[in-house]
Amino acid sequence: MPPLQAGYPARRGLRNNRRLPRRSRQAKKLAGKETLAENELSIRGKAYIAGIFEHPTRHAPDKSTAQLHAEIAKGVLEDAGLTKADIDGYFCAGDAPGGVMAMADYLGLKVRHFDSTDTGGCSYIVHLGHAAEAIAAGKCQIALITLAGKPRTGVMPPRPAGAEADFEAAYGATTHNIYGMCAMRHMHEFGTTSEQLAWIKVAASHHAQHNPHAMLPDVVTVEDVLNSPMIADPLHRMDCCVVTDGGGGLIVTSEAIARSLKKPLVRMIGHGEALKGPRGGHSLDLTYSAGVWSGPQAFEEAGVTPKDIKYASIYDSFTITVLMQLEDLGFCKKGEGGKFVADGNLISGVGKLPFNTDGGGLCSNHPVNRGGMTKIIEAVRQLRGEAHPKVQVPNCNLAIAHGTGGLLGVRHAASTCILERV
Amino acid sequence: MEKLLKYPKPQGNPETAHFWEQTANGKLTIKRCKACGEAHYFPRTICPFCFSDKTVWEESSGEGTIYTFSRMRKSAAGPYAIGYVTLKEGPSLLTNFVDCDLETLKIGQKVRVVFRATDGAPLPFFTPV
Repeated sequence: MPPLQAGYPARRGLRNNRRLPRRSRQAKKLAGKETLAENELSIRGKAYIAGIFEHPTRHAPDKSTAQLHAEIAKGVLEDAGLTKADIDGYFCAGDAPGGVMAMADYLGLKVRHFDSTDTGGCSYIVHLGHAAEAIAAGKCQIALITLAGKPRTGVMPPRPAGAEADFEAAYGATTHNIYGMCAMRHMHEFGTTSEQLAWIKVAASHHAQHNPHAMLPDVVTVEDVLNSPMIADPLHRMDCCVVTDGGGGLIVTSEAIARSLKKPLVRMIGHGEALKGPRGGHSLDLTYSAGVWSGPQAFEEAGVTPKDIKYASIYDSFTITVLMQLEDLGFCKKGEGGKFVADGNLISGVGKLPFNTDGGGLCSNHPVNRGGMTKIIEAVRQLRGEAHPKVQVPNCNLAIAHGTGGLLGVRHAASTCILERV
Repeated sequence: MEKLLKYPKPQGNPETAHFWEQTANGKLTIKRCKACGEAHYFPRTICPFCFSDKTVWEESSGEGTIYTFSRMRKSAAGPYAIGYVTLKEGPSLLTNFVDCDLETLKIGQKVRVVFRATDGAPLPFFTPV
Protein backbone atom coordinates (compact mmCIF):
# COMPACT_ATOMS: atom_id res chain seq x y z
CA MET A 1 0.00 0.00 0.00
CA PRO A 2 1.58 3.32 -1.02
CA PRO A 3 2.11 5.92 1.73
CA LEU A 4 -0.28 8.35 0.12
CA GLN A 5 -2.41 9.64 2.90
CA ALA A 6 -0.48 11.32 5.65
CA GLY A 7 -2.27 10.62 8.88
CA TYR A 8 -4.26 7.88 7.19
CA PRO A 9 -2.62 4.70 8.43
CA ALA A 10 -3.41 1.31 7.02
CA ARG A 11 -5.44 -0.53 9.62
CA ARG A 12 -2.93 -3.28 10.27
CA GLY A 13 -0.25 -0.79 11.24
CA LEU A 14 -2.67 1.48 13.04
CA ARG A 15 -1.06 1.57 16.46
CA ASN A 16 2.49 1.97 15.23
CA ASN A 17 1.49 4.59 12.70
CA ARG A 18 -0.38 6.83 15.07
CA ARG A 19 1.85 9.86 14.80
CA LEU A 20 1.33 11.95 17.85
CA PRO A 21 1.92 15.68 18.02
CA ARG A 22 5.09 16.97 19.63
CA ARG A 23 3.26 18.16 22.73
CA SER A 24 2.23 14.62 23.54
CA ARG A 25 5.71 13.82 24.78
CA GLN A 26 5.38 16.73 27.15
CA ALA A 27 1.93 15.57 28.13
CA LYS A 28 3.38 12.19 29.08
CA LYS A 29 5.86 13.85 31.41
CA LEU A 30 3.06 15.86 32.91
CA ALA A 31 0.75 12.92 33.44
CA GLY A 32 -0.78 13.09 36.88
CA LYS A 33 0.32 16.67 37.54
CA GLU A 34 -2.37 19.18 38.38
CA THR A 35 -1.57 22.01 36.03
CA LEU A 36 0.65 22.82 33.12
CA ALA A 37 3.26 25.54 33.08
CA GLU A 38 1.98 28.94 32.01
CA ASN A 39 3.67 28.79 28.62
CA GLU A 40 2.53 25.24 27.82
CA LEU A 41 0.59 24.99 24.56
CA SER A 42 -2.26 22.91 25.87
CA ILE A 43 -5.85 23.37 26.96
CA ARG A 44 -5.40 20.74 29.68
CA GLY A 45 -7.38 21.88 32.70
CA LYS A 46 -8.02 25.34 31.25
CA ALA A 47 -11.81 25.01 30.87
CA TYR A 48 -14.49 23.98 33.34
CA ILE A 49 -18.03 22.86 32.54
CA ALA A 50 -19.97 24.99 34.99
CA GLY A 51 -23.46 24.46 33.61
CA ILE A 52 -25.41 21.62 31.99
CA PHE A 53 -29.02 21.42 30.86
CA GLU A 54 -30.92 18.77 28.92
CA HIS A 55 -34.36 19.88 27.79
CA PRO A 56 -36.86 17.42 29.29
CA THR A 57 -39.04 17.36 26.15
CA ARG A 58 -38.87 14.64 23.53
CA HIS A 59 -41.86 15.95 21.56
CA ALA A 60 -42.39 19.69 21.08
CA PRO A 61 -45.17 20.37 18.54
CA ASP A 62 -46.09 23.62 20.30
CA LYS A 63 -42.63 25.21 20.32
CA SER A 64 -40.29 26.77 17.73
CA THR A 65 -36.69 25.65 17.30
CA ALA A 66 -35.34 29.09 18.26
CA GLN A 67 -37.57 29.00 21.34
CA LEU A 68 -36.08 25.64 22.36
CA HIS A 69 -32.57 27.15 22.05
CA ALA A 70 -33.67 30.01 24.33
CA GLU A 71 -35.28 27.68 26.89
CA ILE A 72 -32.04 25.70 26.93
CA ALA A 73 -29.90 28.83 27.32
CA LYS A 74 -32.09 29.85 30.26
CA GLY A 75 -31.91 26.39 31.78
CA VAL A 76 -28.16 26.07 31.56
CA LEU A 77 -27.56 29.57 32.99
CA GLU A 78 -29.77 28.66 35.94
CA ASP A 79 -27.80 25.44 36.47
CA ALA A 80 -24.52 27.40 36.48
CA GLY A 81 -25.85 30.24 38.62
CA LEU A 82 -25.10 32.87 35.99
CA THR A 83 -27.11 35.39 33.95
CA LYS A 84 -27.34 36.13 30.23
CA ALA A 85 -25.22 39.28 30.63
CA ASP A 86 -22.31 37.13 31.87
CA ILE A 87 -22.00 35.30 28.53
CA ASP A 88 -19.20 36.59 26.31
CA GLY A 89 -18.79 33.59 24.00
CA TYR A 90 -21.42 31.67 21.99
CA PHE A 91 -21.19 28.39 20.11
CA CYS A 92 -23.88 26.77 17.94
CA ALA A 93 -24.02 24.43 14.93
CA GLY A 94 -26.21 23.66 11.93
CA ASP A 95 -29.32 23.15 14.05
CA ALA A 96 -29.44 26.86 15.05
CA PRO A 97 -31.99 28.59 12.80
CA GLY A 98 -30.19 31.15 10.61
CA GLY A 99 -26.78 30.33 12.06
CA VAL A 100 -24.79 32.08 14.76
CA MET A 101 -25.70 35.66 13.74
CA ALA A 102 -29.45 35.05 13.77
CA MET A 103 -29.33 32.87 16.86
CA ALA A 104 -27.23 35.29 18.93
CA ASP A 105 -29.56 38.13 17.92
CA TYR A 106 -32.69 36.11 18.81
CA LEU A 107 -31.21 35.31 22.22
CA GLY A 108 -30.10 38.93 22.74
CA LEU A 109 -26.46 37.96 23.32
CA LYS A 110 -23.56 40.37 23.15
CA VAL A 111 -20.44 38.24 22.72
CA ARG A 112 -16.81 38.82 21.79
CA HIS A 113 -16.13 35.29 20.60
CA PHE A 114 -18.25 32.85 18.56
CA ASP A 115 -17.91 29.65 16.55
CA SER A 116 -20.45 27.83 14.40
CA THR A 117 -18.39 24.79 13.38
CA ASP A 118 -20.81 22.14 12.16
CA THR A 119 -19.69 18.53 12.19
CA GLY A 120 -23.13 16.97 12.71
CA GLY A 121 -23.77 15.16 15.97
CA CYS A 122 -20.30 15.70 17.44
CA SER A 123 -20.35 19.49 16.83
CA TYR A 124 -20.85 20.19 20.53
CA ILE A 125 -17.85 18.12 21.61
CA VAL A 126 -15.83 20.05 19.01
CA HIS A 127 -17.30 23.29 20.42
CA LEU A 128 -16.19 22.28 23.91
CA GLY A 129 -12.59 22.03 22.70
CA HIS A 130 -12.82 25.29 20.78
CA ALA A 131 -14.36 27.03 23.81
CA ALA A 132 -11.48 25.77 25.95
CA GLU A 133 -9.01 27.16 23.41
CA ALA A 134 -10.78 30.52 23.44
CA ILE A 135 -10.86 30.62 27.25
CA ALA A 136 -7.18 29.61 27.46
CA ALA A 137 -6.31 32.38 25.00
CA GLY A 138 -8.36 34.98 26.85
CA LYS A 139 -10.83 35.43 23.98
CA CYS A 140 -13.83 34.81 26.23
CA GLN A 141 -14.52 33.81 29.84
CA ILE A 142 -18.03 32.38 29.87
CA ALA A 143 -19.09 30.43 26.79
CA LEU A 144 -22.61 29.21 26.03
CA ILE A 145 -23.16 26.20 23.73
CA THR A 146 -26.71 25.31 22.61
CA LEU A 147 -28.31 22.55 20.53
CA ALA A 148 -32.04 22.29 19.77
CA GLY A 149 -34.45 21.15 17.11
CA LYS A 150 -37.61 19.36 16.10
CA PRO A 151 -37.02 16.37 13.84
CA ARG A 152 -40.34 14.85 14.97
CA THR A 153 -42.57 17.89 14.57
CA GLY A 154 -40.74 20.24 12.21
CA VAL A 155 -38.76 20.31 9.00
CA MET A 156 -35.09 19.31 9.21
CA PRO A 157 -32.68 21.41 7.17
CA PRO A 158 -31.12 19.41 4.30
CA ARG A 159 -27.61 18.02 4.70
CA PRO A 160 -25.24 20.38 2.84
CA ALA A 161 -23.97 18.86 -0.44
CA GLY A 162 -20.31 18.82 -1.37
CA ALA A 163 -18.45 18.17 -4.62
CA GLU A 164 -19.46 14.49 -4.33
CA ALA A 165 -23.20 15.19 -4.74
CA ASP A 166 -23.49 14.25 -8.45
CA PHE A 167 -21.58 11.03 -7.76
CA GLU A 168 -23.44 9.87 -4.65
CA ALA A 169 -26.81 11.57 -4.14
CA ALA A 170 -28.73 9.19 -6.43
CA TYR A 171 -27.90 6.07 -4.42
CA GLY A 172 -30.24 6.60 -1.50
CA ALA A 173 -27.68 6.93 1.28
CA THR A 174 -29.44 7.20 4.64
CA THR A 175 -27.96 7.01 8.10
CA HIS A 176 -29.43 3.50 8.45
CA ASN A 177 -27.88 1.94 5.37
CA ILE A 178 -24.56 3.82 5.60
CA TYR A 179 -24.06 2.57 9.19
CA GLY A 180 -25.40 -0.80 8.03
CA MET A 181 -22.56 -0.97 5.49
CA CYS A 182 -20.04 -0.40 8.31
CA ALA A 183 -21.62 -3.15 10.39
CA MET A 184 -21.70 -5.53 7.40
CA ARG A 185 -17.97 -5.07 6.77
CA HIS A 186 -17.12 -5.34 10.48
CA MET A 187 -19.00 -8.66 10.64
CA HIS A 188 -17.22 -9.85 7.49
CA GLU A 189 -13.72 -9.03 8.75
CA PHE A 190 -14.02 -9.83 12.45
CA GLY A 191 -16.98 -12.17 12.85
CA THR A 192 -18.95 -9.64 14.87
CA THR A 193 -22.54 -10.85 15.39
CA SER A 194 -26.00 -9.28 15.65
CA GLU A 195 -26.25 -10.76 19.17
CA GLN A 196 -23.16 -8.84 20.23
CA LEU A 197 -24.51 -5.60 18.75
CA ALA A 198 -27.81 -6.23 20.53
CA TRP A 199 -26.04 -6.21 23.91
CA ILE A 200 -25.33 -2.49 23.39
CA LYS A 201 -29.06 -1.75 23.13
CA VAL A 202 -29.78 -4.06 26.07
CA ALA A 203 -27.29 -2.13 28.25
CA ALA A 204 -28.79 1.23 27.20
CA SER A 205 -32.29 -0.02 28.05
CA HIS A 206 -31.18 -1.14 31.52
CA HIS A 207 -30.10 2.45 32.16
CA ALA A 208 -33.13 4.09 30.50
CA GLN A 209 -35.56 2.38 32.90
CA HIS A 210 -34.34 4.78 35.60
CA ASN A 211 -34.65 7.94 33.47
CA PRO A 212 -38.15 9.48 33.78
CA HIS A 213 -37.59 11.46 30.56
CA ALA A 214 -36.43 8.48 28.45
CA MET A 215 -38.42 7.98 25.27
CA LEU A 216 -38.04 4.18 25.49
CA PRO A 217 -37.91 3.29 29.21
CA ASP A 218 -38.57 -0.46 28.88
CA VAL A 219 -35.80 -3.02 29.42
CA VAL A 220 -35.26 -5.17 26.33
CA THR A 221 -33.45 -8.45 25.71
CA VAL A 222 -31.06 -9.62 23.02
CA GLU A 223 -33.95 -11.61 21.54
CA ASP A 224 -36.14 -8.50 21.43
CA VAL A 225 -33.49 -6.72 19.37
CA LEU A 226 -32.98 -9.66 16.99
CA ASN A 227 -36.74 -10.06 16.54
CA SER A 228 -37.31 -6.39 15.74
CA PRO A 229 -37.76 -5.70 12.00
CA MET A 230 -34.68 -5.48 9.80
CA ILE A 231 -34.27 -1.87 8.64
CA ALA A 232 -30.97 -1.87 6.72
CA ASP A 233 -29.00 -5.11 6.91
CA PRO A 234 -27.62 -6.03 9.35
CA LEU A 235 -29.24 -3.35 11.55
CA HIS A 236 -32.62 -4.04 13.15
CA ARG A 237 -35.03 -1.38 14.33
CA MET A 238 -33.70 -1.75 17.88
CA ASP A 239 -30.13 -1.22 16.66
CA CYS A 240 -31.25 2.32 15.77
CA CYS A 241 -31.51 5.36 18.03
CA VAL A 242 -34.69 7.28 18.81
CA VAL A 243 -35.73 10.44 16.96
CA THR A 244 -36.57 13.24 19.40
CA ASP A 245 -37.36 16.94 19.60
CA GLY A 246 -35.45 18.85 22.24
CA GLY A 247 -31.83 19.69 22.89
CA GLY A 248 -29.30 20.71 25.50
CA GLY A 249 -26.72 23.27 26.51
CA LEU A 250 -23.43 23.84 28.30
CA ILE A 251 -21.66 26.69 30.06
CA VAL A 252 -17.87 26.51 29.74
CA THR A 253 -15.70 28.83 31.78
CA SER A 254 -12.33 29.48 33.41
CA GLU A 255 -11.12 27.89 36.64
CA ALA A 256 -11.45 31.15 38.60
CA ILE A 257 -15.08 31.66 37.60
CA ALA A 258 -15.99 27.98 38.07
CA ARG A 259 -14.59 28.11 41.60
CA SER A 260 -16.78 31.15 42.37
CA LEU A 261 -19.93 29.17 41.46
CA LYS A 262 -21.74 26.52 43.47
CA LYS A 263 -21.60 23.38 41.31
CA PRO A 264 -19.07 20.56 41.78
CA LEU A 265 -15.96 21.31 39.70
CA VAL A 266 -15.66 19.45 36.42
CA ARG A 267 -12.86 20.35 34.02
CA MET A 268 -11.68 19.18 30.64
CA ILE A 269 -8.17 17.73 30.62
CA GLY A 270 -7.99 16.39 27.08
CA HIS A 271 -9.64 17.01 23.74
CA GLY A 272 -9.30 15.73 20.19
CA GLU A 273 -11.00 16.16 16.83
CA ALA A 274 -10.49 14.52 13.44
CA LEU A 275 -12.07 14.04 10.00
CA LYS A 276 -12.31 10.98 7.76
CA GLY A 277 -13.74 10.36 4.31
CA PRO A 278 -13.29 8.05 1.32
CA ARG A 279 -10.60 10.44 -0.07
CA GLY A 280 -10.82 9.44 -3.67
CA GLY A 281 -11.77 5.86 -2.83
CA HIS A 282 -8.21 4.93 -1.91
CA SER A 283 -7.67 2.07 0.59
CA LEU A 284 -11.29 2.24 1.69
CA ASP A 285 -11.68 0.86 5.22
CA LEU A 286 -15.06 1.20 6.91
CA THR A 287 -14.09 -0.73 10.03
CA TYR A 288 -12.56 2.27 11.80
CA SER A 289 -13.57 5.89 12.30
CA ALA A 290 -11.83 9.22 12.82
CA GLY A 291 -11.97 8.28 16.52
CA VAL A 292 -8.62 6.50 16.00
CA TRP A 293 -7.12 10.00 15.80
CA SER A 294 -9.37 12.12 18.04
CA GLY A 295 -9.15 9.57 20.88
CA PRO A 296 -5.34 9.39 21.18
CA GLN A 297 -5.11 13.20 20.92
CA ALA A 298 -7.44 13.52 23.92
CA PHE A 299 -5.82 10.74 25.97
CA GLU A 300 -2.32 12.12 25.33
CA GLU A 301 -3.31 15.61 26.37
CA ALA A 302 -5.01 14.28 29.50
CA GLY A 303 -2.10 12.00 30.37
CA VAL A 304 -4.45 9.08 31.05
CA THR A 305 -5.35 5.82 29.29
CA PRO A 306 -8.65 4.05 28.58
CA LYS A 307 -8.00 1.82 31.61
CA ASP A 308 -8.27 4.88 33.88
CA ILE A 309 -11.76 5.85 32.64
CA LYS A 310 -14.60 5.24 35.16
CA TYR A 311 -17.52 6.20 32.91
CA ALA A 312 -17.90 6.48 29.12
CA SER A 313 -20.43 8.47 27.10
CA ILE A 314 -20.17 7.00 23.60
CA TYR A 315 -22.28 8.27 20.70
CA ASP A 316 -24.91 5.66 19.95
CA SER A 317 -26.70 6.65 16.77
CA PHE A 318 -26.67 2.90 16.09
CA THR A 319 -25.29 -0.04 18.04
CA ILE A 320 -22.44 -0.40 15.53
CA THR A 321 -21.41 3.22 16.22
CA VAL A 322 -20.70 2.32 19.86
CA LEU A 323 -18.86 -0.89 19.03
CA MET A 324 -16.53 0.79 16.52
CA GLN A 325 -15.87 3.76 18.80
CA LEU A 326 -14.94 1.55 21.76
CA GLU A 327 -12.35 -0.15 19.56
CA ASP A 328 -11.11 3.10 18.03
CA LEU A 329 -10.69 4.73 21.45
CA GLY A 330 -8.64 1.78 22.68
CA PHE A 331 -11.06 0.23 25.20
CA CYS A 332 -10.42 -3.04 23.36
CA LYS A 333 -8.47 -4.16 20.29
CA LYS A 334 -9.81 -3.58 16.78
CA GLY A 335 -12.17 -6.44 15.94
CA GLU A 336 -12.80 -7.40 19.57
CA GLY A 337 -15.60 -4.92 20.23
CA GLY A 338 -18.22 -7.65 19.91
CA LYS A 339 -16.73 -9.66 22.76
CA PHE A 340 -16.16 -6.49 24.79
CA VAL A 341 -19.81 -5.33 24.75
CA ALA A 342 -21.40 -8.77 25.27
CA ASP A 343 -22.89 -10.09 28.50
CA GLY A 344 -23.71 -6.72 30.01
CA ASN A 345 -20.17 -5.31 30.11
CA LEU A 346 -21.56 -1.79 29.48
CA ILE A 347 -24.23 -1.94 32.22
CA SER A 348 -23.56 0.25 35.26
CA GLY A 349 -22.99 -1.88 38.36
CA VAL A 350 -22.66 -5.04 36.25
CA GLY A 351 -19.92 -4.61 33.66
CA LYS A 352 -16.45 -3.10 33.53
CA LEU A 353 -17.29 0.01 31.50
CA PRO A 354 -20.57 1.75 32.43
CA PHE A 355 -21.75 3.67 29.35
CA ASN A 356 -24.58 6.09 28.50
CA THR A 357 -26.23 5.81 31.90
CA ASP A 358 -29.09 8.14 30.85
CA GLY A 359 -30.18 5.54 28.31
CA GLY A 360 -28.31 7.32 25.52
CA GLY A 361 -29.57 7.96 22.04
CA LEU A 362 -30.68 4.35 21.74
CA CYS A 363 -33.34 4.71 24.45
CA SER A 364 -33.55 8.19 25.97
CA ASN A 365 -32.85 11.16 23.72
CA HIS A 366 -31.23 11.96 20.38
CA PRO A 367 -32.25 15.58 19.90
CA VAL A 368 -32.14 16.79 16.29
CA ASN A 369 -30.38 13.54 15.33
CA ARG A 370 -27.30 15.02 17.02
CA GLY A 371 -26.13 13.05 20.04
CA GLY A 372 -22.89 14.77 21.09
CA MET A 373 -24.45 17.25 23.51
CA THR A 374 -26.27 14.68 25.64
CA LYS A 375 -23.05 12.64 25.79
CA ILE A 376 -21.24 15.52 27.51
CA ILE A 377 -24.21 16.25 29.79
CA GLU A 378 -24.45 12.70 31.19
CA ALA A 379 -20.65 12.54 31.67
CA VAL A 380 -20.83 15.74 33.74
CA ARG A 381 -23.78 14.34 35.75
CA GLN A 382 -21.66 11.29 36.55
CA LEU A 383 -18.67 13.42 37.61
CA ARG A 384 -20.88 15.67 39.74
CA GLY A 385 -22.53 12.63 41.32
CA GLU A 386 -25.88 13.76 39.91
CA ALA A 387 -26.69 10.67 37.81
CA HIS A 388 -29.64 8.54 38.90
CA PRO A 389 -28.58 6.62 42.05
CA LYS A 390 -29.32 3.30 40.31
CA VAL A 391 -26.74 4.06 37.61
CA GLN A 392 -24.34 6.44 39.38
CA VAL A 393 -20.76 5.13 39.15
CA PRO A 394 -19.18 5.20 42.64
CA ASN A 395 -16.31 7.70 43.04
CA CYS A 396 -16.59 8.72 39.40
CA ASN A 397 -13.68 11.14 38.92
CA LEU A 398 -12.67 10.52 35.30
CA ALA A 399 -14.98 10.24 32.29
CA ILE A 400 -14.85 10.33 28.52
CA ALA A 401 -17.44 11.79 26.14
CA HIS A 402 -16.96 10.88 22.51
CA GLY A 403 -19.00 11.31 19.37
CA THR A 404 -19.01 11.13 15.63
CA GLY A 405 -20.91 13.35 13.22
CA GLY A 406 -21.93 13.09 9.59
CA LEU A 407 -22.08 9.61 8.05
CA LEU A 408 -19.70 7.04 9.52
CA GLY A 409 -19.31 5.09 6.25
CA VAL A 410 -18.85 8.15 4.07
CA ARG A 411 -17.63 11.53 5.40
CA HIS A 412 -17.59 12.09 9.13
CA ALA A 413 -15.95 13.85 12.04
CA ALA A 414 -15.06 12.50 15.47
CA SER A 415 -14.42 14.39 18.66
CA THR A 416 -13.31 13.20 22.09
CA CYS A 417 -13.08 14.92 25.45
CA ILE A 418 -11.71 13.65 28.75
CA LEU A 419 -13.36 15.20 31.78
CA GLU A 420 -12.19 15.15 35.38
CA ARG A 421 -13.81 15.96 38.71
CA VAL A 422 -11.53 18.31 40.63
CA MET B 1 -36.38 0.84 -6.74
CA GLU B 2 -35.07 1.18 -10.26
CA LYS B 3 -38.49 0.85 -11.90
CA LEU B 4 -40.13 3.43 -9.70
CA LEU B 5 -37.46 5.90 -8.78
CA LYS B 6 -36.55 8.82 -10.96
CA TYR B 7 -32.83 9.35 -10.49
CA PRO B 8 -31.64 12.94 -10.08
CA LYS B 9 -29.97 14.51 -13.07
CA PRO B 10 -26.26 15.21 -12.52
CA GLN B 11 -25.74 18.97 -12.35
CA GLY B 12 -22.20 18.77 -13.73
CA ASN B 13 -19.51 21.44 -13.72
CA PRO B 14 -16.39 22.28 -15.76
CA GLU B 15 -14.28 19.91 -13.64
CA THR B 16 -16.50 16.86 -14.16
CA ALA B 17 -18.08 17.50 -17.60
CA HIS B 18 -15.89 14.86 -19.30
CA PHE B 19 -17.06 12.19 -16.87
CA TRP B 20 -20.71 12.78 -17.78
CA GLU B 21 -19.96 12.95 -21.52
CA GLN B 22 -18.43 9.49 -21.16
CA THR B 23 -21.34 7.98 -19.20
CA ALA B 24 -23.50 9.04 -22.16
CA ASN B 25 -21.21 6.81 -24.26
CA GLY B 26 -21.60 3.94 -21.80
CA LYS B 27 -18.13 4.41 -20.33
CA LEU B 28 -17.03 4.79 -16.71
CA THR B 29 -14.01 7.05 -16.29
CA ILE B 30 -11.67 7.67 -13.39
CA LYS B 31 -8.78 10.07 -12.92
CA ARG B 32 -5.15 9.01 -12.54
CA CYS B 33 -2.27 11.16 -11.36
CA LYS B 34 0.82 11.09 -13.59
CA ALA B 35 2.97 12.30 -10.71
CA CYS B 36 2.20 9.70 -8.02
CA GLY B 37 0.54 7.07 -10.21
CA GLU B 38 -2.58 6.74 -8.08
CA ALA B 39 -6.15 6.64 -9.40
CA HIS B 40 -9.08 8.29 -7.66
CA TYR B 41 -12.88 8.61 -7.84
CA PHE B 42 -14.87 10.91 -8.12
CA PRO B 43 -12.74 13.00 -10.46
CA ARG B 44 -10.69 15.98 -9.29
CA THR B 45 -8.33 18.27 -11.20
CA ILE B 46 -5.77 18.32 -8.38
CA CYS B 47 -4.68 14.89 -7.11
CA PRO B 48 -6.07 14.38 -3.57
CA PHE B 49 -2.99 12.32 -2.66
CA CYS B 50 0.03 14.35 -3.85
CA PHE B 51 -1.62 17.65 -4.91
CA SER B 52 -0.13 17.44 -8.40
CA ASP B 53 -2.22 18.94 -11.22
CA LYS B 54 -0.98 16.23 -13.62
CA THR B 55 -4.19 14.22 -13.46
CA VAL B 56 -5.51 12.49 -16.60
CA TRP B 57 -8.76 10.77 -17.53
CA GLU B 58 -8.69 6.99 -17.82
CA GLU B 59 -11.43 4.61 -18.88
CA SER B 60 -12.23 2.08 -16.16
CA SER B 61 -12.82 -1.57 -17.01
CA GLY B 62 -16.10 -1.13 -15.13
CA GLU B 63 -15.25 -4.35 -13.27
CA GLY B 64 -14.85 -4.66 -9.54
CA THR B 65 -15.84 -6.43 -6.33
CA ILE B 66 -18.32 -5.60 -3.58
CA TYR B 67 -16.45 -4.12 -0.58
CA THR B 68 -19.60 -3.85 1.53
CA PHE B 69 -23.34 -3.29 1.12
CA SER B 70 -26.60 -2.87 2.98
CA ARG B 71 -30.12 -3.76 1.88
CA MET B 72 -32.59 -0.98 2.65
CA ARG B 73 -35.70 -3.02 3.41
CA LYS B 74 -38.24 -0.24 2.93
CA SER B 75 -38.33 3.04 1.06
CA ALA B 76 -40.91 5.05 -0.86
CA ALA B 77 -39.63 3.35 -4.02
CA GLY B 78 -39.24 -0.13 -2.52
CA PRO B 79 -36.20 -2.08 -1.30
CA TYR B 80 -32.75 -1.31 -2.69
CA ALA B 81 -29.12 -2.18 -1.99
CA ILE B 82 -26.42 0.42 -1.49
CA GLY B 83 -22.74 -0.42 -1.25
CA TYR B 84 -19.15 0.25 -2.17
CA VAL B 85 -17.50 -1.35 -5.19
CA THR B 86 -13.71 -1.54 -5.42
CA LEU B 87 -12.80 -1.15 -9.08
CA LYS B 88 -10.05 -3.28 -10.67
CA GLU B 89 -8.13 -0.02 -11.15
CA GLY B 90 -8.09 0.59 -7.39
CA PRO B 91 -10.57 3.26 -6.29
CA SER B 92 -13.77 2.36 -4.45
CA LEU B 93 -17.06 4.10 -5.14
CA LEU B 94 -20.53 4.33 -3.66
CA THR B 95 -23.29 2.82 -5.79
CA ASN B 96 -26.47 0.72 -5.90
CA PHE B 97 -26.73 -2.89 -7.02
CA VAL B 98 -29.36 -3.49 -9.73
CA ASP B 99 -30.71 -6.21 -12.04
CA CYS B 100 -30.26 -8.91 -9.41
CA ASP B 101 -31.83 -10.70 -6.45
CA LEU B 102 -30.81 -8.40 -3.57
CA GLU B 103 -30.85 -11.38 -1.17
CA THR B 104 -27.94 -13.04 -2.99
CA LEU B 105 -25.48 -10.15 -2.69
CA LYS B 106 -22.30 -10.83 -0.76
CA ILE B 107 -19.01 -9.12 0.08
CA GLY B 108 -16.29 -10.06 -2.42
CA GLN B 109 -18.77 -10.76 -5.21
CA LYS B 110 -17.67 -9.72 -8.73
CA VAL B 111 -19.74 -6.95 -10.33
CA ARG B 112 -19.70 -4.80 -13.47
CA VAL B 113 -20.98 -1.36 -14.31
CA VAL B 114 -24.36 -0.72 -15.95
CA PHE B 115 -25.91 2.68 -16.64
CA ARG B 116 -29.35 4.08 -15.81
CA ALA B 117 -30.96 7.00 -17.57
CA THR B 118 -31.77 10.34 -15.97
CA ASP B 119 -33.11 13.57 -17.50
CA GLY B 120 -29.45 14.40 -18.08
CA ALA B 121 -26.37 12.16 -18.27
CA PRO B 122 -26.74 8.46 -17.31
CA LEU B 123 -25.57 7.33 -13.86
CA PRO B 124 -23.31 4.32 -13.13
CA PHE B 125 -24.74 1.37 -11.17
CA PHE B 126 -23.39 -2.16 -10.68
CA THR B 127 -24.73 -5.65 -11.21
CA PRO B 128 -23.30 -9.08 -10.31
CA VAL B 129 -21.33 -10.72 -13.13
